Amino acid sequence: MDGNYILYKFILASAILLISLLVAMYSTLFERKLAGFFQDRLGPNRAGIFGIFQPLADGLKLFFKEEFMPGSADKFLYILGPSLTMMIALLTSAVIPWGNSIIINGVEYSLQVADINVGVLYVFAILSIGVYGIMIGGWASNNKYALIGAVRAASQMISYELAMSMAIISIVMMSGTLSLSEIVNQQHGFHWNIWYQPLGFLLFLVCAFAECNRSPFDLPECETELIGGYHTEYSSMKLGFYLFAEYINMFISSAMIATLYFGGYNFPFMDDLGLSHNAITMIGTIVFFIKISFFGFVFMWVRWTLPRFRYDQLMRLGWKTLLPLALVNIVITGFVIMLKNHS
Amino acid sequence: MSSANQHIVSLTGRSKVASNKKMTFMERIYLPAIMKGFGITFSHLFKKKATIQYPEVTRPIAEIYRGKHVLKRDDEGRERCTACGLCALACPAEAITMIAAERKADEMQLYREEKYASVYEINMLRCIFCGLCEEACPKEAIFLTNEIVPSDYERSSFIYGKDILVEPVDKRVDISKRQTPAVLNFKKDKNQSHNI
Repeated sequence: MDGNYILYKFILASAILLISLLVAMYSTLFERKLAGFFQDRLGPNRAGIFGIFQPLADGLKLFFKEEFMPGSADKFLYILGPSLTMMIALLTSAVIPWGNSIIINGVEYSLQVADINVGVLYVFAILSIGVYGIMIGGWASNNKYALIGAVRAASQMISYELAMSMAIISIVMMSGTLSLSEIVNQQHGFHWNIWYQPLGFLLFLVCAFAECNRSPFDLPECETELIGGYHTEYSSMKLGFYLFAEYINMFISSAMIATLYFGGYNFPFMDDLGLSHNAITMIGTIVFFIKISFFGFVFMWVRWTLPRFRYDQLMRLGWKTLLPLALVNIVITGFVIMLKNHS
Repeated sequence: MSSANQHIVSLTGRSKVASNKKMTFMERIYLPAIMKGFGITFSHLFKKKATIQYPEVTRPIAEIYRGKHVLKRDDEGRERCTACGLCALACPAEAITMIAAERKADEMQLYREEKYASVYEINMLRCIFCGLCEEACPKEAIFLTNEIVPSDYERSSFIYGKDILVEPVDKRVDISKRQTPAVLNFKKDKNQSHNI
């Protein structure tokens, strides 16, 4: 535990924090642009070229908005809600392997803040806490729409977490480890998990949409029924935190999908290029971000294509379709593993 | 299916007979339909955008468009309006008001008639741009132009006075496109020649 090590961890953690915030900031612009394109419009293009200053303008606007708090709201919880949501959204990025390692002066520096051996469990633990931010916010607002939105969010996230974990169990069975860096290393080159777990990937993707409260599962905040859902009573930067956390969650979910099913920083023919270890790491990180961007695009693509589910349909899909499918997937995976070990 | 259903005439060629038949397996898992939807939205990414970048690019307007009004001057630069009030009377939205005044001896080059409008105001928020004021005007003094009334922040700034409405002497507004056959006939009438 020398000073060098602490400095390296500190730099890495701050870099990842800043990148997460920056990516979330610009995915708001990207989403608005895409929404425009999907609807034959242009999207924001007035603030700077291609509207690149639009996120800054939006942030500034949110800061200058009136800070309103309902008279009957629980003040402590009301502030805790968005803060908790934001914090939890940022916590997950710690265990994601953003790249392989960089070797400087013979010392190996891993591009992962915390390589804990229960990485997958950690992600699920954090995801489960995520519902608290929404629940507390909705409850503290003392508003029926906010409460209905929060209750919907809670039951939706708990239902879909189940199918999501079941989908991941197949991955854990295959790789025999819970460590995310180990799972990524096993997908070296082009041996991505998607080739072995297509059904698992589909289930995980659908559940990821539901976990992020994204369309077509955006029932907790559906404007047409619940005004704004759990953040109806929020304004100014507290609302900004809720909206911002959604984009960070999207970013982290995309990173998780890329890590678990699309080989993380691995890319085809990475051993045949004949480049140094550090160069491969750099390219790998870039490839990883390209994969993340692609899934970010998929998130938005889905939002602007599919209409919202009805609540009973949502529950039926989660419990009667996705969960049984995930269980079947586990059985098939186990069967294949048994056949492999036997022969 | 009854025989009546088979003879549905579709005017657009796009009408479909709704059916509640049991969905097949492929229809029930929805994935093919969802993929089709993705294809449709993706193709829209590359379609021509419908947006017109307004202040820089304007949509073409017809030359006979009924937009902002203009109070015309005659060839010698004198205001044509004689404050008869017929336009205000004709106006269905009651958007026009005016105050008449008598022309002084030293104002001969400013006003064409003995009586003129010292105040002439049109409330652009009330105006429905119907063009009835044009029709009512016996002096060919008021016309609608193909210029658009711009947006603003204050209600009071939408009450346009003579400073905005009267055409500048050095920047004449061409209204020949809006002169109706009735106006052109009126111009030919020898008995009315003193009006032109």
